[in-house]
Amino acid sequence: MRAGEIRVTINSDQDIVTARQKGRSLAIELGFSAGDATLVATSISELARNIVSYARKGEIILQSVHASSRQGISIVASDSGPGIPDINQALRDGFSTSGSLGLGLPGVRRLMDEFEISSLPGRGTTVAVKKWKL
Amino acid sequence: MEVPILKQGAFLIATFQAALSDADLNQLRLGLVQQVVKYRSQAVIVDVTAMDVMDSFASRTLREIAHMIRLRGAETVIVGIQPEVAFAMVQLGLTLEGVATALDLEEGLAYLLQKFKNID
Repeated sequence: MRAGEIRVTINSDQDIVTARQKGRSLAIELGFSAGDATLVATSISELARNIVSYARKGEIILQSVHASSRQGISIVASDSGPGIPDINQALRDGFSTSGSLGLGLPGVRRLMDEFEISSLPGRGTTVAVKKWKL
Repeated sequence: MEVPILKQGAFLIATFQAALSDADLNQLRLGLVQQVVKYRSQAVIVDVTAMDVMDSFASRTLREIAHMIRLRGAETVIVGIQPEVAFAMVQLGLTLEGVATALDLEEGLAYLLQKFKNID
């Protein structure tokens, strides 16, 4: 485990709240504005809910990141669930296989500065996002 | 974390005390609709001031609450959405279309009293 890394196990809806609260605290600690900390917390909420809805359990890792003169927060949500057969479809607004609004992944992509997703059907999904401090 | 529901005349007021989990939101939906029926309430105010994040699930649940209550012939007003929360909702693409909103509990009550002033 790397220094400053916060791991939150996700396997119930209560863990969604815990993860986003830890994310908000870390963002505030790193000097993010209240508005950006809320964007971070909202993204974590969506990513954690995807884990609970589709994979039932997984993990979210929160970490501070540095690049040249910038500081930011990195959020990695991973699970060993069913995976996403068509990632492009999952990134489209309004697409959902769970009866949700289908704004989760595309919404998180809009909220964050960097967004990476990898998924293998039957193996799981990892979404890695970053938000840089202004 | 259960959400207390207060009866204030013909209105019901549900005030979030802290961040709510999905299960809490589902329970609130059930509780509010049952109480609207029980008390024949004309309107419901949902105070979300304490809600840290309004994500897609919370928005959808609030919309569903408002629609269910409308089917009972009553109205819902959501009050207290914090500015940062509103900003995140817009970025995420979430709307509360067709649901009345007000700045805070006081404004929400004023809106309803104005609306129902001719009805007793």
